[in-house]
Amino acid sequence: MTDQKSPAPAPAAGTADDAARVAEFEARIARGESIEPKDWMPERYRKQLVRMMSQHAHSEIVGMLPEGNWITRAPSLRRKMVLLAKVQDEAGHGLYIYCGTETLGVGREELVDQLLTGKAKYSSIFNYPTLTWADIGVIGWFVDGAAIVNQTMLAKASFGPYARAMVRICKEENFHKKQGYESVATLANGTPEQHAMVQDAVNRWWWPSLMMFGPSDKDSPNSAELIRWRVKRDTNDTLRQRFVDLTVPQARAVNLTLPDPDLRFDEESQQWEFGQIDWKEVYEVISGNGPCNRERLAARRKAHEDGAWVREAAEAYAAKRNVVSAA
Amino acid sequence: MSRESEMGNRESSNGGSTDGWVPGAKPATATSGIAQNPVFEHLLRLADDRLVLGHRLSEWCGHAPILEEDIALANIALDLIGQASMLLKLAGEVEGKGRSEDALAYFRDAIEFRNAQLVELPNGDFAVTIVRQFLFDAWDVLVLERLAAVSNEALAGIAAKALKEARYHLRHTAEWVRMLGDGTAESHARAQRALDDLWPYTAELFLADAVDAEAVAAGSGVDVESFRSRWRQTVEQVLGEATLAIPKDGFAPRGGRTGRHTEYLGRMLADMQSLARAHPGAAW
Amino acid sequence: MTKDTVSATGGATTAAETQWDLWEVFTQEGEGAPHEHAGSVHATTPEHAMQNARDVYARRGKIVSLWVVPSGAIIASAPSDSGPFFDPGNDKAYRHPQFYKTPRGVRGL
Repeated sequence: MTDQKSPAPAPAAGTADDAARVAEFEARIARGESIEPKDWMPERYRKQLVRMMSQHAHSEIVGMLPEGNWITRAPSLRRKMVLLAKVQDEAGHGLYIYCGTETLGVGREELVDQLLTGKAKYSSIFNYPTLTWADIGVIGWFVDGAAIVNQTMLAKASFGPYARAMVRICKEENFHKKQGYESVATLANGTPEQHAMVQDAVNRWWWPSLMMFGPSDKDSPNSAELIRWRVKRDTNDTLRQRFVDLTVPQARAVNLTLPDPDLRFDEESQQWEFGQIDWKEVYEVISGNGPCNRERLAARRKAHEDGAWVREAAEAYAAKRNVVSAA
Repeated sequence: MSRESEMGNRESSNGGSTDGWVPGAKPATATSGIAQNPVFEHLLRLADDRLVLGHRLSEWCGHAPILEEDIALANIALDLIGQASMLLKLAGEVEGKGRSEDALAYFRDAIEFRNAQLVELPNGDFAVTIVRQFLFDAWDVLVLERLAAVSNEALAGIAAKALKEARYHLRHTAEWVRMLGDGTAESHARAQRALDDLWPYTAELFLADAVDAEAVAAGSGVDVESFRSRWRQTVEQVLGEATLAIPKDGFAPRGGRTGRHTEYLGRMLADMQSLARAHPGAAW
Repeated sequence: MTKDTVSATGGATTAAETQWDLWEVFTQEGEGAPHEHAGSVHATTPEHAMQNARDVYARRGKIVSLWVVPSGAIIASAPSDSGPFFDPGNDKAYRHPQFYKTPRGVRGL
């Protein structure tokens, strides 16, 4: 779910001790062991984990906004509650992962600051606007669907706190995708206006969802290292293919077409071949020129700034009571 | 409806009886206060409070001061909307005209809503939201305690479950009132201002009328007037701990219980109902 | 880095810039079960931490009890201890029932 673009720097030349420790570290991982926060780890591993985890957490938080856009207009009480519960879960997921990142010694305030000043990345899928109610169902189906493909792999990641957060998240995420697909099916089988609404949403969200898996493996220099460190198990292309193979039959089942004239089933590989992704658009959106990048960050900045006096009040209250908190 | 005056000669076309039209009479309309079905009306009052307040709270999603509070406010909103849904469903059954909870939520106009004005006011800043929620929660616990014991079993069941939720809401909002009131100078000022602005709207929570009396007699309602002093006790205790001054009682807006709302409600419903009304009859 | 100290569990413990202090959360899923570490929350007082923990970690499932502990209060064993601290516990086979050979067919063992 992260956009990996910069080439990996050359590993720092270390002493014989360092080399031995790195070897033992990698052997532990190869044995399937979990790395916990207090264990020795190469500085680069720690940095990669902080980067991956914080990007993932930022994505959950920013992801609340496109969906939150429709909470007040949800067209039935049931849908209203389901959507509110889903967005609430996303806040929780962001929170679990931020807490996981804190075990590596980076405070949440610092991470929030990186996000709000535009220094940190988050999944670019959330830079697209939700133009109709059907977008909400399609996001659950495609975006949460793609996230599940990615997260199931991460539940076995080598870093303990991340893996454990992912297990918790995977359990909760299943309802997200299911409610999305249920909504899509209802619309697809509904009035002609509803069917047109959901087909239009599919046409807009399909390609950005495929782009969620990141660049093709040949353009993804970090992959090999992350796989060796068991922070990634499969390549971007493998995961993307898995998602396509899962999703095409689901679209067919509700009579929706996917906006790809090159989509065809290959009998030999038993996989769905698909067309070329427009990587130019991806890089534009990643570098901040997507349709909603500015709005998303502005909303988060406003919430943060408007909330400062509230956070300060809670601290002042506790301080007056000399409450024993962190030692 | 017994005014005698008639305008000119009135002879009905069906020979003999007048058509019953009396110029100065007060017909039953959405805001007349004349309720054809008091039990139904009373249920709408209970349900609409929660629907409108839950909707207001849901507007905070993604914009709260800190993640933990985003989750907490969403919890309260979900509880309230869930309660509203169950109460509206029951109301529709009592009305007996085949209106589902969604039909009642999305296809009534503002003047048909029966919530107190307090809950339709905009969220304002976090202090306004929390103080408003606290004032409501302190009242809500009392209402639900009484409702959980009425003879209408369906209603009592909904209330018993809702009471557990409301007790937790009160715990949460009371703690925040303390934190804001006795936090920083800024939070204290904002909380006091919120309290001063919202206080007049609390009077309506304790106004009971014939609709309530009939619902109580039918075993399906509560007499809200009876809670006033216990509510004041709870509220004054927490406000005292929060170092906030109790506002004086004065002008007390009213009318929500009979459909006379502030202009805020119409705009809120225009947002809330827009999509459902754009596709009448559609399933979601 | 904004942290001043690192807690025993590795996390930042102070939050001078208003993201509140860190608390670890333990949940008990059902009567008689052990309390397990669920994650952490930010909060300012014990009551506040308890509420936040309930809202974040007890929304689903049958949580019957919650503990919240300031992160800095947790004393954890260090990984470097693992040899002398834990290994001796590993190789005393006589503490395990499988060590003992008893005649077959005798009940209640």
